[in-house]
Amino acid sequence: MPRLTSLWNLANPTRFLGLADRLLPWLAALAAVLLAVGLYLSFFVAPPDYQQGETVRIMFVHVPAAWLGLFMYVMMSASALGTLVWRHPLADVAQKAAAPIGAAFTFVCLVTGSLWGKPMWGTWWVWDARLTSVLVLFLMYLGIIALWRAVDDPARAARAVAVLTLVGVVNIPIIKFSVDWWSTLHQPAAVFRIDGPTIHPSMLWPLLVMAVAFTVLAIALHLAGMRNEILRRRVRSLRLMEAEQLDAGVEPAAGAAR
Amino acid sequence: MTRAFLALVLRDLRLAARVGGSGAMGLVFFLMLVAVVPFALGPDLNLLSRIGPALLWFSAVLATLIGLDRLFQTDVEDGAIDLILASDTPLEVLVAAKGVAHWLTTGLPLALCAPLFGLLLALTPQAMLAVAATLLVGTPALTFIGAVGAALTASLGRGGLLLAILVMPLMVPTLIFGVSAANAATAATVGFLTPFLVLVALSLVAIVIGTFAAAAALRQGA
Repeated sequence: MPRLTSLWNLANPTRFLGLADRLLPWLAALAAVLLAVGLYLSFFVAPPDYQQGETVRIMFVHVPAAWLGLFMYVMMSASALGTLVWRHPLADVAQKAAAPIGAAFTFVCLVTGSLWGKPMWGTWWVWDARLTSVLVLFLMYLGIIALWRAVDDPARAARAVAVLTLVGVVNIPIIKFSVDWWSTLHQPAAVFRIDGPTIHPSMLWPLLVMAVAFTVLAIALHLAGMRNEILRRRVRSLRLMEAEQLDAGVEPAAGAAR
Repeated sequence: MTRAFLALVLRDLRLAARVGGSGAMGLVFFLMLVAVVPFALGPDLNLLSRIGPALLWFSAVLATLIGLDRLFQTDVEDGAIDLILASDTPLEVLVAAKGVAHWLTTGLPLALCAPLFGLLLALTPQAMLAVAATLLVGTPALTFIGAVGAALTASLGRGGLLLAILVMPLMVPTLIFGVSAANAATAATVGFLTPFLVLVALSLVAIVIGTFAAAAALRQGA
């Protein structure tokens, strides 16, 4: 299995850091270019909506943010499997780095949705099914981050969070289903009126570019977050070693840092 | 396996009944919530009877959380968790036993007393029965979802608030179907049976997922 062995090669943090350092400038530049193109397309090229006017441009940020909020959770669940099943050290790091990024995208989605809702529906917040499920997703991100911050030992924290993430991923479809059911029960008149079944190509293209731009941005941020987390853990283990040596009064041993 | 299961259930029930146990605490807290809310909302009986089922359900969620943070924590503190982990009986069975014992001391009394508390909220007999029935089949879901959070925070020593943050989003579906089934019995917007059966399904799923996930969390944490 060549793919698996190459994944195991990356278990060596130094090798991963080398790869990350090589990839990161390219990914960051690509994300910047794509974002610039996407923003130009969505602000200057895409036509205003015939009903919603200029506010429809919020969609070009809102929709990709929503998509990435979910994408990062999937990323986190895959890493959680890596942590629990293979005990891959990189999976711990990937899990931890993904949580704040996913939470941030979900938050951007909620804020832009709220800003869009004010002119369109006349209110900042509606207990609509989609809004509510995104809000619950955001709360779950906050819970995961809180658990990360509650356990001192990173390896133990990673396994605890992995269990929680996987329980969450089983529950997300259930929550989505029940919130949909709840919202149709409470609000028979749907608030969400997407005009027409399809989006016109003149709006679809900027949206796709923005989606790709956000994805590349998320991957770049994730990679940078993982790199920082590895460095942070090195600092932590160096400090622990130093403290132990001070404690025992022994001469420092060279290069055993994780 | 059955003997170990029953032994652990009996032990937890005894511990809950004795000094220092949280036996009746959940029930008292439940009564407290139901009694305090009218002070905030005003004594309008029409309003109270309309939101009564939702209020009872929300109070049940909060009351379930009360005992949960101690579910595994006491065992971690006195070392009983090591015996549980080292036992021949599968950990999942023992976790289920602890969940059952917790439900018997919180969920079941809540469901049985709900009609009584419904009097305070001017519920109709039909609504009282519906709330009691939904709490009876719905509270196992709350207990076993909460057991996951309890297992995750067992060794932290200060898990109370964290536990609530972790498990409350996961309790949303139970709350939705519990309240809508309880409401369906009075206001006929939707049939009673559909949300009730979904609630039963949620409980069964939560028992399975909660047992296995809590056992996994305890193994990882040890």
